[in-house]
Amino acid sequence: MNLPEQSSTHSARLAVELVRLRRDYVVRSPVAGSRRRRRQVVRAVDDVTLRIDRGETVGFVGANGAGKSTTIKMMTGILQPTSGAVRVLGRDPVPERRHLAREIGVVFGQRSQLWWDLPLRDSYRILGAMHRLTDRAREQRLERLAAGLDLGGFLDRPVRQLSLGQRMRGEVAAALLHSPELVVLDEPTIGLDMVSKEGLRRFLREDRAERGTTLFLTTHDMGDVERLCNRIVVVNSGTVAYDGALDSFRERLGAPRELVVDLEEPLDVLTLPTAAHTLAVEAGGIRHRIAFSGAELTVPTLLTAIGSQAAVRDLSLSEPAIEDLVRQIYSRGGRL
Amino acid sequence: MVRTLYGSRIRSQATFRTSFLADLLGQLLVVSTEFLELWVILTQVSTLGGMTLTQVAVVYGLGALAFGIGDILFGEIDGLSTQIKSGKLETLLIRPVPVLLQISSLDLSLRRIGRIVVGLAMYVTALVLAGFQPTAATLLLAVLAPLAGALLFGALFTVAGALQFWLVDGREFANAFTYGGNYVATTPGAVFALPLRAFFTFVIPATLIAYAPTLTLLELPGPALIPAWAGWLGLPAAIVAWLLAGLLWRAGIRRYTGAGG
Repeated sequence: MNLPEQSSTHSARLAVELVRLRRDYVVRSPVAGSRRRRRQVVRAVDDVTLRIDRGETVGFVGANGAGKSTTIKMMTGILQPTSGAVRVLGRDPVPERRHLAREIGVVFGQRSQLWWDLPLRDSYRILGAMHRLTDRAREQRLERLAAGLDLGGFLDRPVRQLSLGQRMRGEVAAALLHSPELVVLDEPTIGLDMVSKEGLRRFLREDRAERGTTLFLTTHDMGDVERLCNRIVVVNSGTVAYDGALDSFRERLGAPRELVVDLEEPLDVLTLPTAAHTLAVEAGGIRHRIAFSGAELTVPTLLTAIGSQAAVRDLSLSEPAIEDLVRQIYSRGGRL
Repeated sequence: MVRTLYGSRIRSQATFRTSFLADLLGQLLVVSTEFLELWVILTQVSTLGGMTLTQVAVVYGLGALAFGIGDILFGEIDGLSTQIKSGKLETLLIRPVPVLLQISSLDLSLRRIGRIVVGLAMYVTALVLAGFQPTAATLLLAVLAPLAGALLFGALFTVAGALQFWLVDGREFANAFTYGGNYVATTPGAVFALPLRAFFTFVIPATLIAYAPTLTLLELPGPALIPAWAGWLGLPAAIVAWLLAGLLWRAGIRRYTGAGG
């Protein structure tokens, strides 16, 4: 697993370096009318090259089965790549898995790493012991995490009695307890309500600002990427379809957020700020669908502009789905 | 750290008191029934494998004690396939602690203490009734034997667990060796036909756990393949078994992170 010569001096600065990474799974499926099973190779990750500097925040997005989880497993040492090179914080993940575990924090959104029949606080005591934190260091860090993630109310409750939102915050605290340099979050906000999502994002931003952590997250939620990441990597069928700054991603895809307003009185045309445009006027001028760029325009500004022309009776706001954006990329032939 | 890990398990089980008591009672019942089976046989014949009832009780008590200790410490490892299927194994792999230690502490079941209590009581009582004449050496063996046996069972559980990296639904297959080993260990080895006796002495050394030490402790002549001094072979056998178990386990982890899906 040797990296090319020229990258070795560079790789000290890098948090993550994936070079032509590939991973195959062998699947054996029964064949009708035969006792032998067919051996089939499925390529989950196909030629992923990605370099992440220390301190970056990267949103790793793509549809289900795009290869996100497999990539994370290779980064954390759970899976050996079929070919290609992977370095995380200067280490080779599989042989140095347990060393690496001290320096990275991982949240698998779908799986709990807490002890379900123990009070939440006890999980941190056990994890603290595993990471060889002193009691004092652990308590100090936990105090900070409990304040930031608002855990205080349920630290002494058994994990099995926590709501999904509470448990998720507990999971994030578990991954951050040992103050890892690299934080890997796999679907951290899945199933959470808006308030919990925002709370979680706010704390992740704060913690990153305080400690300069590198953040790598997979998500289906464009909101996570918008509020947490400065770089977005889109994967599709195991390859990188887009890799670049979030701003240019949004710019090139146009105005991804959508506001639907119902007016008191019908109106044919609404005059809108430049970053917004009308997609459709429905119900004889009552309902207006407006697309706008979340980066350039806030919802209150947009509403004020509309409110000066007509009275608004009802409104709804929709975030663009990652799947739609990925589809848009592909409709342009995989390039932006 | 090890203390924190195991301590947390004990605390978590203390929270389910009714369930704990029910499990404990169930265990007592199972162990007593198993011995009753041997007792029924011995009401029909005066000796079993050349042993009287009290001597059989020594074998049974020692075997149950060793299995009980091994089971409480390592008994969860053979449930590895469940951990693999639920994805729990991945959360264990991202921690800086050996997976084997995490799994063995993960579901340390205090209710299994029932087997230890019955085994210990039966072992000590039967030894006294059978006319055990302690010397320094045999007393040492009497203490060492249950511990060596527990280590042997632990190694068997680990092998059973490691096999599940290859056999996805391997728990039943693996239990044939662990619980099967328990059955053999608690029975006088001489009752088995020679090939079977050889298998359970040299391949799966179950007869070395309780039967062979009992022969040595009570100064009884052993059957073919199991001489009286074989009672001292428990610890060396446990060490060899653990070396093999450790290698197999590492190969299993490597398979999981390597080719497995």
